[in-house]
Amino acid sequence: MEAVRGIDLSIAVGECFGVLGPNGAGKTTAIEILEGLMPATSGSAEILGMRWGRDDRQIRQQIGVSLQETELSERLTVRETLELFRSFYPAGISVEEAIARVSLQEKTNTWVKKLSGGQKQRLAVATALVGDPKLIFLDEPTTGLDPTSRRQLWEIIQTFADQGRTVLLTTHYMEEAEKLCDRVAIFDNGRIIAEGTPRELIRSLGAEHRIEFSWSGDWPGTADQAISSVKGIESITHDDHTVTLTIDHPHEVLPPLVQKLLESGVILTNLATRQASLEDVFVSLTGRHLNEPDEVQPEKVAGEVAE
Amino acid sequence: MNKPVPSAIWAVTITRLREFIRQPEAVFWVYIFPILMIVVLGIAFRNQGEEKKSIEIAAGPGAAKVAEWLAVEPGVETTVRDEAECRERLTSGKNTLYVLAKDADAKTVEYFFDPTQPDARNLRADIDRRLQAAAGRTDVVSASDRHVTEPGGRYVDFLVPGLIGMGLMGGGLWGVGFAIVDLRIRKLLKRFVATPMRRTDFLGGIMISRMVFMVPEIILMIACSWLFFGVQVRGNWLALIAIILVGAVQFSGIGLLVAARCKTIESASGLMNLVMLPMWTLCGIFFSWERFPEVVHPLIRLLPLTPLIDSLRDVMIHGASFWSQWPELIAMMLWGVVTFAIALRIFRWHA
Repeated sequence: MEAVRGIDLSIAVGECFGVLGPNGAGKTTAIEILEGLMPATSGSAEILGMRWGRDDRQIRQQIGVSLQETELSERLTVRETLELFRSFYPAGISVEEAIARVSLQEKTNTWVKKLSGGQKQRLAVATALVGDPKLIFLDEPTTGLDPTSRRQLWEIIQTFADQGRTVLLTTHYMEEAEKLCDRVAIFDNGRIIAEGTPRELIRSLGAEHRIEFSWSGDWPGTADQAISSVKGIESITHDDHTVTLTIDHPHEVLPPLVQKLLESGVILTNLATRQASLEDVFVSLTGRHLNEPDEVQPEKVAGEVAE
Repeated sequence: MNKPVPSAIWAVTITRLREFIRQPEAVFWVYIFPILMIVVLGIAFRNQGEEKKSIEIAAGPGAAKVAEWLAVEPGVETTVRDEAECRERLTSGKNTLYVLAKDADAKTVEYFFDPTQPDARNLRADIDRRLQAAAGRTDVVSASDRHVTEPGGRYVDFLVPGLIGMGLMGGGLWGVGFAIVDLRIRKLLKRFVATPMRRTDFLGGIMISRMVFMVPEIILMIACSWLFFGVQVRGNWLALIAIILVGAVQFSGIGLLVAARCKTIESASGLMNLVMLPMWTLCGIFFSWERFPEVVHPLIRLLPLTPLIDSLRDVMIHGASFWSQWPELIAMMLWGVVTFAIALRIFRWHA
């Protein structure tokens, strides 16, 4: 079994590229092939004009990596950890500089054990930066972090990208991809199902706004017809609890919609409008939500294939 | 302002040393535990030549007479007990022998003991001689004793080289093997592979750090056994150091091989015990391996711990020269080189 198949990705220098998808979509496998940590069963991966299998050491000198589940040594300080990683690179930035880039100056001499989750993650990113890479790979850098820590990491990544360097990150948080990435590829079941800038992908839905509402009591039979009679609705998704409408101009659709719903006897409990997001792109492509648990776990299978 | 960047092999070495000394339990097992072993075993098996023999006599009409006769020569302590009690204590191993007088004059006595025990047979001969002499038997041949005690002939002198060998084995397997499996489980090994780190720098650093924290371990063991029991090194110190180094390299290689593919702590510790258990029992840590049947001797000599302990004993106890140990040294170097080479070939870096 293959975890990813037929992936054809090219990422431009200076771009922040996001790989999106639910758990088990094959994001980690794809990124680890590019990091040279897993051999591709077929095809090839080229980094900065160099090829895995031929220029491995040169590539590794130019890239920085932060893996998903690395546990750094608990009984080393922040500085000691970075000194170790720095020693692996023939050229790079100083340890102090790396600490400053992730704003851990106050924790320089603190054991890793005593860092918070966000600080540990920043240290992991610092280990990726210490070799002064042209390209960094970040595998789910903010998973499990609180909003403040997440925003701090976004700033660090943004600063790195602003220097004209390349970032490849995986995430299952939509707002992260929309905020950071110039372009994204959406993965599902080991395939790329969409690729482009976040705006392009959202536009491809046909309309950029969403109206969502829920109701209490029974859903009257006449309500569906009532909704379809409102002008300006591009599409309707209807499940047991919510109705989602895709529209372009909320101010034109909302007043007649609410009126028709009330007339047909729908008891509204909640109604909201929002801009369409990458989440909607994923839902419209797969019919599922991004953070739904998946039964299949192709990433695990991939680990065995790679042996 | 900025510190110069250390070389990778040095950085790995110093990192391992930091992690080690910051783990009190590791320090205990490596430094304190071997010393406790020496002290406890040294005391338990100390030579008891000066101690009195304690003999039990079954209560009865002749018991007093037997006790009187046994008191003629110094060195025996007697206790009179019920015969049933004496018997019970013999079968449960609380005494090795008891005497029963069949009549009031103690003209007929019986010794109760287990003849398969050498100690019991010796005691029987000694007690019998004392009784016969006290009862009036005279020696025909005039004999006198000249004591020749070989320095280094005590059990503790035999034990210390064995424990040093055992420490080198455990330290190499745990210090190298466990460290690597731990790094693999934490995905740090994979993280390191994603950097331009040279794999030889990494493995070299792990092995050097093991050599470094071995030094205080050995010094402490030798110093404490000298301090507490007067154990001395009769041979050349340089020869001893060379043997210890080669032994440590050998077991680092074996540790590396054991850890080469393990993905869990359970599989690693299982494999380590599988490797160490036969050597704990067979290779002469606590008693000479020559006590095993001769057919298995060639097999025992093939095990890596045997040449190490043999050669440590030769140098420490018998003062053998470095050059006389060449077969053992070559055997150990082969073990080290071959295991290292295999480990490097089959090593699992990524998963």
